[in-house]
Amino acid sequence: MELRKPPPVRRLTGYEVPSSPPSNGNGLHAAAGFRLPARLGAPSMVAIDRMQVEELSVSYGHKPAVQSVSLPIRQGEVLALIGPSGCGKTTLLRSLNRLTELTRGASLRGRITLDDVDVAHMDATALRRRVTMVFQQPNPFPMSVFDNVAYVLREQASRRPRRAAVQGAVHEALARAGLLDEMAGSLDHPALRLSGGQQQRLCIARALAANPQVLLLDEPCSALDPVSTRLIEELIAKLREDVAVVIVTHNLQQAYRVADYVAFMYLGELVEYGSAHKMFGSPREQRTKEYIGGAFG
Amino acid sequence: MSTAITASARRHERPTASWRLTDRLGLGLAWLLGLLFCAIAGAIVVFFLIEGVRYLRPALLVTNPVAGVSQGETGGFLDPLLGTVIIGAMAMAIAIPVGVAIAVWLSEFGRPTLMARVAESAIEMMAGEPAVVLALFGLTLFELPALGFLSQTSHGVVLGQSFFAAAALLSLVGLPLVVASTREGLQAIPAHVREASYALGKTKIATTRRVLLPAARPSVITGSMLGLGRVIGDTAIVLLLLGGTLTFQPANSTPVLGVLRGTGDTLTGYMYYNSPAGDGNSHSKAYAAAFVLMLIVLALNLGVDVVVRRSRRAVRWS
Repeated sequence: MELRKPPPVRRLTGYEVPSSPPSNGNGLHAAAGFRLPARLGAPSMVAIDRMQVEELSVSYGHKPAVQSVSLPIRQGEVLALIGPSGCGKTTLLRSLNRLTELTRGASLRGRITLDDVDVAHMDATALRRRVTMVFQQPNPFPMSVFDNVAYVLREQASRRPRRAAVQGAVHEALARAGLLDEMAGSLDHPALRLSGGQQQRLCIARALAANPQVLLLDEPCSALDPVSTRLIEELIAKLREDVAVVIVTHNLQQAYRVADYVAFMYLGELVEYGSAHKMFGSPREQRTKEYIGGAFG
Repeated sequence: MSTAITASARRHERPTASWRLTDRLGLGLAWLLGLLFCAIAGAIVVFFLIEGVRYLRPALLVTNPVAGVSQGETGGFLDPLLGTVIIGAMAMAIAIPVGVAIAVWLSEFGRPTLMARVAESAIEMMAGEPAVVLALFGLTLFELPALGFLSQTSHGVVLGQSFFAAAALLSLVGLPLVVASTREGLQAIPAHVREASYALGKTKIATTRRVLLPAARPSVITGSMLGLGRVIGDTAIVLLLLGGTLTFQPANSTPVLGVLRGTGDTLTGYMYYNSPAGDGNSHSKAYAAAFVLMLIVLALNLGVDVVVRRSRRAVRWS
């Protein structure tokens, strides 16, 4: 799939690199009750517009889930969607690759573009190869580690190209997910025998195998232990250079650790969108302040 | 409060001591009935074990039945044993693919909704249908001149009895079990696993073939084994549609096709013939055949157990 035109490249502003994270001595005023953890990785200095959400509303039957949300999604940045349960963040995420279509009764208004093409006009399977997704529960397919990744590289249900032909790409995807060294000797083992953390990183490797432009993560660490969580967060920080990352999370500390931009949603509305720096430092909205401060959620 | 409860519970040895009388009576009844049915099942196994070991000779497995008066001249049950194997293989060769296809359609597609619902109740109805009713229907069906090529024709009359006819109807006996088990297996797969495949740009068909069916394979195998057990245990269809002719009576001398178009028998038919109620008058051989059939069915059940136990560890998402 070719890009229609080169996407605009922009320098980020207002992003001074924090010099000494432990003291948070970077001029941030943390909202009451929220201790700022150390951020992972230096922020990327370029950002490429990938997706644009314009006035998106989604409802299930008569129940609105997302109400006229607009925000940009850029490569080079990690966007975190935060908010209490049922606020529509997962629905928003699932609209980006048109997974909402699979839910009966779901209806969608507004526009989402990927590289300036309306996703509604794209073939759903083609879109989903460019905007891949990782789920809350690790869900490797019941096949070997190798085949889990190779499945993505092959045409639909086909078993071709053969193993030798996809080996390079499979190894590359596993390497990008930081799993290649660990899995070197066990590529033929059933993926469901791996530990939860390894399974989730395999799911990330699988999602990266198609070389997507956007990677959607739906609470990828909520079923994992702290060590696996750490590994995945480091991975996300590394990945944002090559792929736009959108992560839904319930964990504010995690949002702070990995996100460059944060969107706070509440009752289906986008309450506030801004840089992580601003959202965690001095949010504009009272509700954001309360949520980040732990008043509700 | 809670410490008081644990203390009083500890004072009584049995955990049921604090139960009401009706609960205790119910528990006792449940135990009694459980033991009763264990005893009945055990009695069947032991009875046929003793009878079978007493009468089963290796020679019985390799000689063919012969109609005769005394036990010494009636031969063995080679053909019925082969018939059981053939009929089981043929019926399941139809029931498994069709059953899996129906289960996938019902579970994954379910459209058009009305048709799916009709199919669902049709299969449930088929599961409750007495085999002899199916057999009678099958006989009228396979006696049609248009289907004459599947059985023998004598003086222009289509007999309608053949391995083909019996296997076709017996597949209907196995089908509901395959469908039910496969559907259950498919529905046990969490929705996010399907979505994970769709979210990688895979179609529904690709997902079904590469992810869902492999994940449901243990259920397909379980259903197939249960279905096979039902198929080889059926008698009514065998007698009506296979002829129950003790030995194979090929329609012509064509090697395989001739036999399949001809009539034959299975272990169940053989047992019916030789049972005290039948014409055969070789009761001991009926017991021996019953023992062999029971071993086959027990082996199938054991196979189901092994598959289920192994799959519980192999295919499981949190």
